[in-house]
Amino acid sequence: MKDKKKSQSNGNTRTIKCDYLARVEGEGSFHVKIKDGTVTDAKLVIFEPPRFFEAFLRGRRYTEAPDITSRICGICPIAYQMSSIHGFESAFNVTVHPQIRQLRRLFYCGEYIESHALHIFMLHAPDFLGYEDALQMAKDYGDVVKMALDLKKLGNDIVRLMGGREIHPLSACVGGFYKVPTKKELLPLVERLKWAVEASVKTIRLVATFPFPDLERDYEFVAIREPDAYGLIQGRLVSNKGLDIAISEYEDHFQEIHVKHSTSLHSTIIERGPYFVGPLARFNLNFEQLTPLAKKEAKGVKFVPPNRNPFKGIIARAVELLYYCEEALRVIDQYQPPPAPRVEVTPVATRACGCSEAPRGILYHRYTVDNDGIIRSAKIVPPTSQNQPTIEQDLFEFVQNHVDLPKDKLTWQCEQVIRNYDPCISCSCHFLKLHIDRS
Amino acid sequence: MRQVIVGIGNAFRGDDGIGRHVARRLLDFVPPDVVVLEENGEAANLMAAWDHADRAILIDAMTTGAAPGTVMRFNATDLPLPREMFPHFSTHTYSVSESIELARTLERLPSRVVVYGIEGKDFETGAGLSPEVERAATNVIDLILREIRR
Repeated sequence: MKDKKKSQSNGNTRTIKCDYLARVEGEGSFHVKIKDGTVTDAKLVIFEPPRFFEAFLRGRRYTEAPDITSRICGICPIAYQMSSIHGFESAFNVTVHPQIRQLRRLFYCGEYIESHALHIFMLHAPDFLGYEDALQMAKDYGDVVKMALDLKKLGNDIVRLMGGREIHPLSACVGGFYKVPTKKELLPLVERLKWAVEASVKTIRLVATFPFPDLERDYEFVAIREPDAYGLIQGRLVSNKGLDIAISEYEDHFQEIHVKHSTSLHSTIIERGPYFVGPLARFNLNFEQLTPLAKKEAKGVKFVPPNRNPFKGIIARAVELLYYCEEALRVIDQYQPPPAPRVEVTPVATRACGCSEAPRGILYHRYTVDNDGIIRSAKIVPPTSQNQPTIEQDLFEFVQNHVDLPKDKLTWQCEQVIRNYDPCISCSCHFLKLHIDRS
Repeated sequence: MRQVIVGIGNAFRGDDGIGRHVARRLLDFVPPDVVVLEENGEAANLMAAWDHADRAILIDAMTTGAAPGTVMRFNATDLPLPREMFPHFSTHTYSVSESIELARTLERLPSRVVVYGIEGKDFETGAGLSPEVERAATNVIDLILREIRR
């Protein structure tokens, strides 16, 4: 993971470039203009080659959408599968067996454990501890990195067990699963998950000690809320500023706009502006639905809602890591295989809207299908697209408040501001560079 | 001596699939006590693959500028693998050289590690090996079979 940084100085003009932003998924670019000590412009400049998923889904059968869309991401394929599957099941009035719902949560647990472990330790912690990357950090924090790798492997193994492989697993389908595990197949995970619960507790207590820069903004946090569980799949979309809508109403409240400096669309709430999705949003909105242990550990490190410092997203991520390890244990403990792995599905001509919480935030899918179940149009809004305007505003404010920092430190902290969001830029196929112009 | 052979790569990126291809063919020839695996190169999985092994032999595509199909043997036991020859293609995982160094730092590296690199020609999306690269597989198989008997 290369990280080239350059800087130039020309009178009261400063240009800082970072050609390759390290420790994010994918690549991206950022420009800041500072005139006489005041930030005049801050842009997250994204060059997004179109990936054509929304186009080539047209003409495909609805059954293919989970597998095709999962190829958008190697880290969060299950999120794509769940958003598309639940969209179609809601639209076709399909009711799955309760154990299928539980298995889907377990499947998602695997993805959360590996994604969060990767980000917390390998991508984000080095920022707080002052290391260039996890390789350097491992020299002084060997035990912590070992723990991270073992957590990631556990997450990968849950996904592999249920889906045949870690990347783009193959078992989830509209109506259920192609194949469900036996209880016996799941039991070997129990001891490892119990270890992971202990490891997650250590993680929360460790990351809470990190030095957190000051940044607090009046965000609109958006997340899924489910009646009986920490919001993950379908449910309703809620915010801390009064939003409470059905998934099918998403496009009445959220819009994507094209901004000149970026080929990537910016998602905003109509008549309100940018919003914030991901672990901190979920933590703030759904705290009461975490497990007793997760709430106790969060309170133990004095991390309770509302929390508006995006740097502390790493603590929210660690709390979710603990929650999802416990959730996996709960699902396995109560699991009995359903009478059939899936139910019959009959498509109807309709508009299907699905939403689930990818590790990075809400992932919205909308399809129109005809009576044969052929997709006529598709819209996919990944969480990182939704956070882009917010990331930009964070950078604007952060730079303004730290405008006198030495350029290397300012560049690094700007990268950290972006990494707060664990951006899966490859989902939107972005290229990230950092340019700071002072004039 | 416990030995593990790991073919590393992505079968859907052209010649990056050569490591897995060699591993698959080796299955027909190795003694039963030698473990042969295929991996995508992810650090955690590699460390699990060679856990408890005394010697790990890895096979992976490399880019050095040599003629496609050129085979090189690297002793990674004491020295890092040249990073520029086994570059980082994914934004999601470490490269093989980084994974080995991470394992070394964490003391999770077998006491002997050898890497066979095969120069790739084409790493574009799609399955299938270039003819020169596929031909190199036989040579690598012979070298590895001799190595595991030493």
